[in-house]
Amino acid sequence: MKRRLKFTYLGTYLILSAWAVVVMFPLWTMLVNSFKAQKDIFRDPFGVPKSLTLAGYQNALSAGRFDLFFRNSVIVTVVSLGLIIFLGSLAAYALARWRSRLSNFIYFSFVIGLLIPIRLGTISIIQIVKLLNLNDSLAGLIPIYVAMGTPVAILVITAFIRGLPKDLIDAANIDGASEWQIYLTVILPLVRPALATVAIFNLIPVWNDFWFPLILIRQESNRTIPLGVSLLFGQYQTNWNNILSALTLASLPIIILYLLMASQFIKGLTAGAVKG
Amino acid sequence: METQLTAAPETNRAQRKSSNRSLAAKNRMTWVLFLLPALAIYVLFMAVPLLSSIRLSLFTGEGIVPKTFVGLANFETLLKNPIWSGRLSNALKNTFILFLIHMSVQNTLGLLFAVLLTNKIRAFNFFRTVIFLPATLSVLVIGFLWKLILNPQWGAIPQVLTKVGLASWVHPWLGDPRYALIVISLVSCWQWVGLPTMMYLAALFSIPEELVEASKVDGASAWQSFWHIKFPLLAPIIGIVSVLTFIGNFSAFDIVYAMASARGDPAGSTDIMGSMFYRTGIGGEVLSGHMDAGMGAAIAVVIFMVLLVGVVAWLYFSRKQEYEL
Repeated sequence: MKRRLKFTYLGTYLILSAWAVVVMFPLWTMLVNSFKAQKDIFRDPFGVPKSLTLAGYQNALSAGRFDLFFRNSVIVTVVSLGLIIFLGSLAAYALARWRSRLSNFIYFSFVIGLLIPIRLGTISIIQIVKLLNLNDSLAGLIPIYVAMGTPVAILVITAFIRGLPKDLIDAANIDGASEWQIYLTVILPLVRPALATVAIFNLIPVWNDFWFPLILIRQESNRTIPLGVSLLFGQYQTNWNNILSALTLASLPIIILYLLMASQFIKGLTAGAVKG
Repeated sequence: METQLTAAPETNRAQRKSSNRSLAAKNRMTWVLFLLPALAIYVLFMAVPLLSSIRLSLFTGEGIVPKTFVGLANFETLLKNPIWSGRLSNALKNTFILFLIHMSVQNTLGLLFAVLLTNKIRAFNFFRTVIFLPATLSVLVIGFLWKLILNPQWGAIPQVLTKVGLASWVHPWLGDPRYALIVISLVSCWQWVGLPTMMYLAALFSIPEELVEASKVDGASAWQSFWHIKFPLLAPIIGIVSVLTFIGNFSAFDIVYAMASARGDPAGSTDIMGSMFYRTGIGGEVLSGHMDAGMGAAIAVVIFMVLLVGVVAWLYFSRKQEYEL
């Protein structure tokens, strides 16, 4: 029995460590070579750089305008997530309180959106964005991401509010608080864990989205990181140092954020699926 | 507070109920107002585009707003015209291969990793973090990165393979129609394996310990207790993982775009439904630049139908399973 247990541990470590190497290998290769000159990249692709060069990073920031892409991605992500959380929780509160056939139908219509990729409506989305004169602007991306993120917000936050003790709302009602006051002072502070889950669930797909910028954004000044990287990739075809620096710059913000709060990320990203 | 409420006389309770009802009527207007902003954006950017794409699939014409009504002609072309039906069946076949590789590699590895992670190991957090890490990165960045690493010009992979004595395996995989799709699928599995792992892990943790302990007392081996106790309890989550994989694969695009271009190079061997949809209705054909929004919408409808069949099949089987349990 003891021996078998030891064997299990050994096997577990062996398999998981092997996978860790498979995961880290490309990321390591990207990182170390982004600091190497072209000929070192080819001569010694896996070693630690012998002489550090930051030329690739300088190029990505000055010629490649990575600073702009970063700013654009931050704006789009922060505004979209803010709207998803605010509008989503407001609607979720109404749906948790209002029990009728109509509200059930609305709830169902929201939640079914979890199973339908918004991409399938892209051709009409282009028309609508053009009609609203939001073509080729960051403001055109935001409502798309809000629509994309609303289903999971409704699902998670409505369930959370329904799980709260009913007395809380009743007590506030008796005190004569308006619905808006109850939402703002009673509900909002309590649902913060659900809001965090929703924010993280949507952070990755919004930050990393490439499809809609590819289709709706033309100007360099409006490019987000994924679109910027894809165009730099074509431009720098033969300069590997530049390419690897750009790829590293694109991944670093999210990797740092992830390492800082890995368990929240994992919980948030699996939440929608497990609860659905 | 609790005891007071339950001890309240019946009349009091009835009063409260009726006052609740009038309150609900009064509040209904406020609730509608609360719902309106989220609903408006959701309807305008999700519901309307989906329904209007179905309508657009019945039209043809130049530009982004096709104006000539043609009924089901787009679908007829798609199914009967040899060029179009060839492309469609090729893309359908490739997307199914993509899905099968995800099911057999990604979701199986995910289950394996989840089971291993429940073995009470000390480095639990480290492994969990590493396994999930690639899923946080952009598909595009991952695609570009692997394309560089697999590039025979650089020789990063050839060097590794030569070192471990597998020099004969070295091959320009992404340039070979026989291997390109498999390699792309495996890269995608590499990136997303963390998702099923974490979902299975959460499900495994929710299985009551006593259940497994009891089976051990009865003399069941680890393998038996997994196969007879845990696995049946995992069935619903396996269903969810499968259906999410199905939906993800049938709307995938980025990974093929990054590693094999929107054409699905080489020779269309990696063309999937997502890239065919993009090329036909949005980005334009690669050489001619020709774009056919009506036909693109028709392809979106085909994808939608395939997803519908998949989801209905899942609902059917999960209901049946519930019934049998």
